[in-house]
Amino acid sequence: MRPLEHKHPRPIRWMHWLNVVLLSGMIWSGLLIYWANDVYNVRLGRRVLFHFFPDWFYNALGLNARLAQGMAWHLFFMWGFALNGLAYVGYTLISGEWRHLVPTRKSFREAWVVVLHDLHLSNVEPPKRKFNAAQQFAYTGVILMGGGSLLTGLAIYKPVQFGWLTNALGGYEWARFEHFALTVGYVLFFLMHITQVIRSGWGNFAAMVCGYELTCSVTQPLTVVTSPVVSLEPHLEQKVAEGAKTREKAELTRAT
Amino acid sequence: MSATPVTSPVNSPVDPEQQLRQMTRRSFAAGGIAALVGATGLWWLKSAQLDDGISWPLRKVLQFNERVSQAYFGPDRLAPTFDVSRAREPRVNGQLGLKKSVDAARWRIDVLSPGEKPVVERSLPIGAIHDLPRFEMVTEFKCVEGWSQVVQWAGARLSDFIEKYGHETPFVGLTTPDRKYYVGLDRASAMHSQSLLAYEMNGEPLTPGHGAPLRLVCPLKYGVKSIKQIGAIQFANNRPADYWAERGYDWYLGH
Repeated sequence: MRPLEHKHPRPIRWMHWLNVVLLSGMIWSGLLIYWANDVYNVRLGRRVLFHFFPDWFYNALGLNARLAQGMAWHLFFMWGFALNGLAYVGYTLISGEWRHLVPTRKSFREAWVVVLHDLHLSNVEPPKRKFNAAQQFAYTGVILMGGGSLLTGLAIYKPVQFGWLTNALGGYEWARFEHFALTVGYVLFFLMHITQVIRSGWGNFAAMVCGYELTCSVTQPLTVVTSPVVSLEPHLEQKVAEGAKTREKAELTRAT
Repeated sequence: MSATPVTSPVNSPVDPEQQLRQMTRRSFAAGGIAALVGATGLWWLKSAQLDDGISWPLRKVLQFNERVSQAYFGPDRLAPTFDVSRAREPRVNGQLGLKKSVDAARWRIDVLSPGEKPVVERSLPIGAIHDLPRFEMVTEFKCVEGWSQVVQWAGARLSDFIEKYGHETPFVGLTTPDRKYYVGLDRASAMHSQSLLAYEMNGEPLTPGHGAPLRLVCPLKYGVKSIKQIGAIQFANNRPADYWAERGYDWYLGH
């Protein structure tokens, strides 16, 4: 019988799902605002490869001529988005959860192993622990992006009272562009996140709702370690049948 | 921190898989209820009665944001200024209340008294503005739509005008001569050193499209507050009407 592992603490689950609503609200109302001056393109030299956004996009989502509404919603959701984000950072710091989330110097190499493995370019399995190094980069990075959105947002919301901030970000127009670019970043994060959640299967997804997951080890409960790149043992034992070759490779990765 | 198994892996009378299924069911039910409550809340926010073009709870949030902004407002904080070489002509984005041509010689600015029934206390010619100390500034004109343009302005400070011809009221309202376009300002923004009654733009007298003979330029607000072709200035104890605030926008719009 496989024991249950407590994977995600309740506050993190609530804040995660609340953020889904808040960030969606911010992006939707942000699009209502952006429509009024949609000047950003992806260009190669002088050729416009993609215009943010084509007419069909605005029409399909009903985003036309709703600037006033967009501003009101954006300046309402901003409080929730900021407070929820600050609460999340505060909680991870106080509870010690940050240890699972923040990458270390050793994480760069491990993240590379994860990328190669997930792209099926290598059979070296990344260590199985709560969050692998690639996840750590992604989840810490997206929190930093959230902080960036708050700062760039404040810089375009109050460019006189926070003139020093607007100035530090390169001026009003740059701050608006940075605010937009971060939003594109969330969309890319979301696509990658959803892909990985689908790949990981139902149990992993349900754990973000109920908090628990069956441990992946049959013989012993998974030990969640605080320092990365230690203890590959439970995983290796599981993989013994797959041959010593994989094991050697994994050991090698660990040693280097 | 090591993971704590809910049940001991050995000697457990409960099947963990069954237990997990039950917990998952409960959590999804709780999540579903929370999502339903949240969706109802958002639907209510969206469809509540309108208060000047936007649902009243959202209007309240805009007013709350205004109080936060005013608490932080520093009268000495200045909008950034730029080198005059960066100044260009801003686009003419609205014609509301504007006449195609104006006769500056016959132009008058009415000064209206505070109170329920405002009376015209003064009717000033454009020369009265030219007689006030002249100031120049190169500031960024920021439109509520999201675009901005560096522009050079010359004119008299609104604060000088108010001190000479006005009243110490908490609000100032400005309108075009035909009253078709109108804006309201809080006193702190009106008295700010960069709030100009401008008569020149980029070294030239204003054109009618840019508000000749006299317009407001307030770099502390979005461009919609920088009313063109000012016909009347009213001193008010209550928040004056504002064209775009009646159409769903924030009344304060302060930077």
